[in-house]
Amino acid sequence: MSTTNHINEQGYYGEYGGAFIPEMLYPNIAQLKENYLAILSEQSFQEEYQQLLRDYVGRPTPLYFAKRLSEKYNTNIYLKREDLCHTGAHKVNNTVGQILLAKRLGKKRIIAETGAGQHGVATATVCALMGMPCFVYMGEIDMKRQAPNVARMKMLGAEVIPSTSGSKTLKDATNDAIRDWINHPEETHYIIGSVVGPHPYPDMVARLQSIISQEIKLQLQEKENRTQPDHIIACVGGGSNAAGAFYHYLDEKEVNLIAVEAAGKGINSGESAATSQLGNNGIIHGSKTLLMQSKDGQITEPYSISAGLDYPGVGPMHAHLFSSKRAEFLSVTDDQAMQAGAELTKLEGIIPAIESAHALAALGQKKFQPDEVVVINLSGRGDKDLETYINYFDL
Amino acid sequence: MNRITHKLRENKKLLSIYFTAGYPQIDDTKTILEQLEKSGVDVVEIGLPFSDPLADGPTIQASSTQALKNGMTSEKLFEQLKDIRKSVSIPLIIMGYFNPMLQYGIEKFCQKCEEIGIDGLIIPDLPLEVYTEEYQEIFQQYGLQNIFLITPQTTEERIQQIDQVSEGFIYMVSSASITGSTNSFGEAQQAYFERIDQMQLQHPQIVGFGISNAETFQKATKFAKGAIIGSAFIKHLTENGTQHIDGFIKQIRM
Ligand SMILES: Cc1ncc(COP(=O)(O)O)c(C=O)c1O
Repeated sequence: MSTTNHINEQGYYGEYGGAFIPEMLYPNIAQLKENYLAILSEQSFQEEYQQLLRDYVGRPTPLYFAKRLSEKYNTNIYLKREDLCHTGAHKVNNTVGQILLAKRLGKKRIIAETGAGQHGVATATVCALMGMPCFVYMGEIDMKRQAPNVARMKMLGAEVIPSTSGSKTLKDATNDAIRDWINHPEETHYIIGSVVGPHPYPDMVARLQSIISQEIKLQLQEKENRTQPDHIIACVGGGSNAAGAFYHYLDEKEVNLIAVEAAGKGINSGESAATSQLGNNGIIHGSKTLLMQSKDGQITEPYSISAGLDYPGVGPMHAHLFSSKRAEFLSVTDDQAMQAGAELTKLEGIIPAIESAHALAALGQKKFQPDEVVVINLSGRGDKDLETYINYFDL
Repeated sequence: MNRITHKLRENKKLLSIYFTAGYPQIDDTKTILEQLEKSGVDVVEIGLPFSDPLADGPTIQASSTQALKNGMTSEKLFEQLKDIRKSVSIPLIIMGYFNPMLQYGIEKFCQKCEEIGIDGLIIPDLPLEVYTEEYQEIFQQYGLQNIFLITPQTTEERIQQIDQVSEGFIYMVSSASITGSTNSFGEAQQAYFERIDQMQLQHPQIVGFGISNAETFQKATKFAKGAIIGSAFIKHLTENGTQHIDGFIKQIRM
């Protein structure tokens, strides 16, 4: 068992992780496992990746001191502006990296799963950029909930394939993407959208998102003359934006890591996605981790007002951060998140994604000191959620 | 001797059938097993349904969803199979995904299998390495053969490894696909079947995925020891319930 918060050689964070995959996927996963670290550290990869992050994605994203929000909560709040990334969320950091990796592996066809559609859009975008065919699996129900993102993907040239099995949402879209990969084992690369799935995906995606905490360190140094905030807050669906925001602080114990899950209509309402509170150990999508399941091991359907947070598991890094108590896990209801989203809009003129609004709502649950520095990872912008905001607030 | 090992020694091509327990009706399990034995099937794979069967195509997915709706669980299946060895003597294998077994408790699961007279397990998402490190001893203690899959993409080196750890037979997936694909077994498949045959593995191979009728059964068993029919049989159950199972089997074997 590993004693650090990083992955070990076998692909585990503590007892979580691994690759519980059918034999049909073995060659592809083995190829990734054998090559990802070498490719990610190649000079030509890094040059291309950094250049695209700068000129195409728009990095570094600002670390913005939210003055009025800070006054309200009597502390010092910085927002890491992932919402300003091209396509509107942190998801593109990962897709830019993975498409470059796919090219180096000689892959010709890209598949992805998506829930809210943000990862699907980010994947379709980089496929357009690289001229690669793109197939995005999306639950039939999510396609209706997130129609504008479906249109964006189509405009970008991707084929959006409805998942009609099971609960017709993100977990089923993920199943269908895995099935597609089994059916097309040679030319296809599967771009997973979060720090989930079989090893090496959780570590690979975390590394590609780690640019977030790398920048936070430099930016805090400039603004506060210190590299460490007292607290970092991020929402957790699968856990990729949180993994990126935590990454370079994982072994710096002075920094308090706060992960915020979606409680939906309340933890005990039967309509929730707070995996750490409601889940236990098991296997989902090839990874041993915490997941929501029935007592006989059937995966249950999560709920959140935010389509990006209703995944019935969390990545193995987060399962480990939870069980080792390295990170503090909070849960935020639909109502609390919507209020926090409205509050940020009024105080700072920023409409956040509802996912990110969950992280903001932690401010209402925790008391921070006037001299403390709090960084909140604003993972995405609220454009895609306008209809939900309109309906909720009767705008 | 394990019933699977015994069966594999018979001098004929083996026909194996997969069905999802709890489908079409919750209590059909015993009837289906008895009918299959009576119509001359050699080995049966009893599918333990899972909410997220990621190696399965639409037919088996839908049967799993329905079986779960009908109330199938590990506990329920074991209860239904309690006295199965009074009426069924062919080898029985439970095929299922790892998570439901993990939640039941692996040792308890294996113990139950032994009590009932289950001969083996097929767990597509339990990889070779994890099996040998963590579970092989337990499986062996309860006399359960663990059946591994190989595919056209599996390297020779890995096939040799799998052959070393295998007991009973090797489950040879016919093509790069999930279950239920239509297959005509063209030249690429024939070459693959022949290539594996020439490896002279210690364990016989049984071909699965894409076998649906007499023609595909024959092609699949030209080199291999037997073949497994899953989705096509599920479709038969969807259309006929537990009626005419004998007719379905006879038309495969001819
Ligand atoms: C803006 C935004 N934040 C967060 C998430 C949740 O994903 P993760 O936990 O991987 O960051 C999503 C997923 O769609 C998202 O769009």
